[in-house]
Amino acid sequence: MNNIQINTEGKLKHFLSIDGLPKSLLTEILDVAESFVGVNDLQIKKVPLLRGKTIVNLFFENSTRTRTTFELAAKRLSADVLSMSIATSSTSKGESLLDTIRNLEAMFVDMFVVRHAISGAAHFIAQQTAPHISVINAGDGQHAHPTQAMLDMFTIRQIKKDFSPLKVAIIGDILHSRVARSQIQALNTLGVDEVRVIAPKTLLPAHVECMGVNVFHNLNAGLKDIDVVIMLRLQKERMTSALLPSESEYFKCFGLTEDKLKIAKPDAIVMHPGPINRGVEIESKVADGPQSVILKQVSNGIAVRMAVMAMAMQKQGIV
Amino acid sequence: MTSIHIKNGLLIDPVNKVNQIGDLYIAEGKIVSVINEPSGFKAESIIDAENKVVCPGFIDLSTRLREPGQSRKASFRSESVAALSGGITTMCLQPDTNPVVDTSAVAELIKELAKKAGYPKIFPIAALTQKLEGTELSSMLSLKKAGCIAVGNANQPVSNLLILRRAMEYAASHDILVMFRPNDYWLGNNGCVHEGVFATRYGLPSIPEAAETIALAQCLELVELTGCRVHFGQLSCKRSVIKIHQAKKYGLQVSADVAAHQLHLTENSIIPFDSNYHVIPPLRTDSDLQYLRDGLASGTINSICSDHQPHDIDAKLGAFPETEPGISSLETVLPLMLDLVAQDVITLEQGVASLTSNPARVLRIDSGALTVGFSADVCVFDLNLEWQINADNWKSQGHNTPFWGKAMKGRVTHTIQSGHLTYTAF
Repeated sequence: MNNIQINTEGKLKHFLSIDGLPKSLLTEILDVAESFVGVNDLQIKKVPLLRGKTIVNLFFENSTRTRTTFELAAKRLSADVLSMSIATSSTSKGESLLDTIRNLEAMFVDMFVVRHAISGAAHFIAQQTAPHISVINAGDGQHAHPTQAMLDMFTIRQIKKDFSPLKVAIIGDILHSRVARSQIQALNTLGVDEVRVIAPKTLLPAHVECMGVNVFHNLNAGLKDIDVVIMLRLQKERMTSALLPSESEYFKCFGLTEDKLKIAKPDAIVMHPGPINRGVEIESKVADGPQSVILKQVSNGIAVRMAVMAMAMQKQGIV
Repeated sequence: MTSIHIKNGLLIDPVNKVNQIGDLYIAEGKIVSVINEPSGFKAESIIDAENKVVCPGFIDLSTRLREPGQSRKASFRSESVAALSGGITTMCLQPDTNPVVDTSAVAELIKELAKKAGYPKIFPIAALTQKLEGTELSSMLSLKKAGCIAVGNANQPVSNLLILRRAMEYAASHDILVMFRPNDYWLGNNGCVHEGVFATRYGLPSIPEAAETIALAQCLELVELTGCRVHFGQLSCKRSVIKIHQAKKYGLQVSADVAAHQLHLTENSIIPFDSNYHVIPPLRTDSDLQYLRDGLASGTINSICSDHQPHDIDAKLGAFPETEPGISSLETVLPLMLDLVAQDVITLEQGVASLTSNPARVLRIDSGALTVGFSADVCVFDLNLEWQINADNWKSQGHNTPFWGKAMKGRVTHTIQSGHLTYTAF
């Protein structure tokens, strides 16, 4: 199934999920991204790789960071880019997802960047679109957010160089997190030593260990010997759906404070896909502290998204 | 009325303990003789059943033909042909049509639609509660008199156990069978796949086994309390089989069925995001499948149903959780049953019983056997005939099956309903 992401020559056609992609391809994304980092420092922040190409950002779900970095990435590749918030557009008039896609296809689009609240939406669009169009998943339901995972991998590699000795802990709402799923798959594919998930049972999927993680319900135990701490955002509605008793109790058990961070290795880095809930999953002193690489993640998002877009277009012999 | 002579077939009739090569004689819509030629019998048509199995027509305990209300998905006409081509001569229809089968008028409309489609052996299942809302009892007795064979709440839950208790008591007072698909609405949590490895990997909302087993356990307690006769439909998991086994051993009047696809597919079979695998109850694990198979072999599970749910293309076109659940399955029941025989899970005789005499016993109808004097509902099939599921071979209007394009072994060649040859394959 995930093979629809790769064309017959083994090149990236769509980028929907980390699942099923080989280590070599993930490494290639990181390498290409590295070559794009310099573009951000140029006087004229542009390369002409996707000149004349039309990219449509289709956001069926709200987003600021992801949409903005995708837009900037497309512009720095010299593509024409159109951002659409569909939540307030056609679908509210009853138009189906497929009809929306067909209409945009008819406007000679080359690439869709899709965010959707339902798992599998990006796969569905990739299966239905014309063969020359590439689809990049910018987050679908609770399934995958592969560009976020890759920018996290990029940030980790930038600082830690080698994945193989690393112990990584992902803390928080794993159950509802597409980011966590993609991160776990990427970390395991790139060959880290250990991935841990730390959360109460209510925020863990059944059989999460089958994804190749060790499960902890206690933050102190889980943070021991950790090189990379990844915090996840806790949505407010988790309280009302009886998954957690209160924000304050959650913070007491799973919130990352300076003291808790001391349990991890002294050179551990702290990551967060954003947006941050200060005082809920992470203390401000940690989020803004010397071990935090949260803003570095955001900057790296542009280069990684440029890399993925350029590589997906490469299949047409453009790059 | 025509008379038909079926020659040299392997006659299988679990009720009358027939399992031998011989002839079957049909006249005036009824079975007139098995093996021995009645004196003076004149056949208007002869069916050569050499190397074929001749058995009672199949009885399907859970089907949806989509009329009234959803004729864009299927019709009595299209699905009747599909049923007959699958050897199914009697169908019980779930009440979740639009309008719901909760008045005699709707029940009569359904019987009328069936008659017009030339498929008279339709038994509507009446709604257990009005509009299937789980709050007020339906007029079960009137519905029974209008031809409904049982009452049930389809896939809708009856969350208030006091209502369920009273519905079961009322049904028991009139000796009406309750057909119940156990499903706890809240634990189901709007899931679309089994709560297991697949759901975790693909981030899909999921349904735990407990959504089924807790509802099943509650209903079993109420069976004991009310004395109601209950048939549990479309079981999907291991602990359901264990509970039914215990209940039967304890002496409760319960029976159970399983959908044919649940005996063959698990969460591991699902092609990611292929909506043809979206079915409720969901495809579960290898261990569940094994228990369901063992349950069928041991008789804990009485019968195999199709749980036929044809859909239009649009219903299955979308992101997986947003598509409509269900498999179009009338035509795959027989080959899937035969595959269990080929794998030595059950004997051919057991397989035939699970599609004929066992469901007939659940419904308490004079059918499902080659008994002289019974209405002649007969199915003739070739055990070894291989065929492919494709647009040329498929009759149902719903093409939504995970078996699409796959090769199947075993196919119906003739179906006789009420003494009429209503289907021939060639």
